[in-house]
Amino acid sequence: MSPASTSFRSPAADRALFRALAFSAGAVAAILALILLYLTLASASLLFADTGLWQLHWQPSAGAYGLVAMLLGSVAVSLLALLIAVPPGLVLAVWGRFFAPPWVGGLYRGAMGLLASIPSVVYGFWGLVVLVPLLNRWAPPGASLLAAALVLALMVLPILVLQADLALDEARRRHLAAAMALGASVSGTVRRVLLPTAAPQLLPAVLLQLGRALGETMAVLMVAGNVVQLPDAISTPIRTLTANIALEMAYASGAHRTALFASGWLLFVLVTLIMLGARAMTRRLGEGYIGKGRGDAP
Amino acid sequence: MLLRGIRDGLKRAARLAGIVTMAALALSGCSRDAGDRLVITGSSTIAPLVTVIAQAFESAHPGVKIDVQAGGSSRGIADVRQGLAQLGMVSRALKPEEGDLAATTIAHDGIAMIVHRDNPIGALSGGQIVAIYTGKVRNWQEVGGPDAPITVVNKAEGRSTLELFLSHFKLESPAIRADVVIGDNQQGIKTIAGNPQAIGYVSVGTAEFEARRGTPIRLLPLDGVDATTAHVARGDFPLSRPLNLVQRGEPGRIAREFIAFATSPEVHDLVTGQYFVPLAGR
Repeated sequence: MSPASTSFRSPAADRALFRALAFSAGAVAAILALILLYLTLASASLLFADTGLWQLHWQPSAGAYGLVAMLLGSVAVSLLALLIAVPPGLVLAVWGRFFAPPWVGGLYRGAMGLLASIPSVVYGFWGLVVLVPLLNRWAPPGASLLAAALVLALMVLPILVLQADLALDEARRRHLAAAMALGASVSGTVRRVLLPTAAPQLLPAVLLQLGRALGETMAVLMVAGNVVQLPDAISTPIRTLTANIALEMAYASGAHRTALFASGWLLFVLVTLIMLGARAMTRRLGEGYIGKGRGDAP
Repeated sequence: MLLRGIRDGLKRAARLAGIVTMAALALSGCSRDAGDRLVITGSSTIAPLVTVIAQAFESAHPGVKIDVQAGGSSRGIADVRQGLAQLGMVSRALKPEEGDLAATTIAHDGIAMIVHRDNPIGALSGGQIVAIYTGKVRNWQEVGGPDAPITVVNKAEGRSTLELFLSHFKLESPAIRADVVIGDNQQGIKTIAGNPQAIGYVSVGTAEFEARRGTPIRLLPLDGVDATTAHVARGDFPLSRPLNLVQRGEPGRIAREFIAFATSPEVHDLVTGQYFVPLAGR
């Protein structure tokens, strides 16, 4: 909307605000574009040549810079983390909003907010000194795909619960009274009315957490084992793209360094695609809901 | 322990900032009086240590600019021979064919094989360590221990500890079959302290400090020599190497003063801060 179309008393101040906002928004977009440009340029010599970036072996001392095993490691760890975190996250959000006594629910949401603000390195440290030795008794070496996924699940859970709670609360305000008036039970209303209504916000929330899981570095680095290999079981140690950069960047030079920039590029592109997917999904689900009137039907 | 990690991180950031500053100074310093500049190039193992020593030296000698560049021990030797650098950093003893150069040891780098305190293994031979790290031996029973799988902890590519470990045991990086790959020494110690079947290696200084503090790890002797900083400083621990500054001919005034400073007790804390072992007798 252009500032001219608004009828405030001082259009000059409005115009100044509009310009300031446009400038900030433009600056943020430009920084993002510059990061992509820089990453692309820094990794161009490997990215756009047949240099074996798309193979399994990562042996910098032998000149092999395959990123595929680590790409799959990143994706596997993040998906497993969501698989672990999403079902309890939804259940906890529903419980906290509809079945817990209000003061318990409020306390619970406060606790989730607190959990969400704990730095990732603390989760990683806990994983390293508690979770990994525990898993080691069951399947050595303990540091594994599963350990990383559990730590990540614990990290994404609080924000997932809070986001699901917001979406459910919005749906509740719009539909709960009507459903109750029709004589529906609380559990039936949650399942048939509120969850479908909240779905357009729930799915993107999950995808946002997927992006966060993919980008997490320190916690994963401390518990994943960091061996470059394809995960053939959940007790296999794996290395993620982020951990690879953190482990080797300080000591890398030449082509090795370029390959690490390529890891960053790959991660950036992956996360961008996921975010675009989240947006597209929000739009489609939103339209589908309004268009077909789902959620009104039993 | 976490604080320690954060402090290490800050230290690393400061070091990086130092290197960046050095690079900037190298660019801006071209027009300066050449007598006030000292160029030191060579081993990337020693570069972080020399960078912090250089910072301390610069603050004690205003007007002196020291440019530290990493590029490997062989670059250090080549640059000194060609006169591109006044001092070279070389992370090994000089070879007989390098008799034209003079080396001054500023610190020692040593690594210790560590296991969990509850591991009954008393010692491992070099051959057994090689067999474990190449995946030929996968159970402690085969080297005289309990029936338990071995968790092999290795360092990430590019670390000087990995380099020293590989060169001592004449191993190639791709031959190693690791179960856990770690970044810094602290992560290695936590991993082994939490896993009774694990074996790994970290800097002797760090391992000794942690074991003394009660962390459940044990340092294995190697070839009959105990893994202690005292043995490393004396130079008789096999898994160690001297960290040298080399020069050719008579060094300039500033280079001479810098060498004297780098071998003085004043740099003791800087050396231990980089997990190296200071010179003996201090």
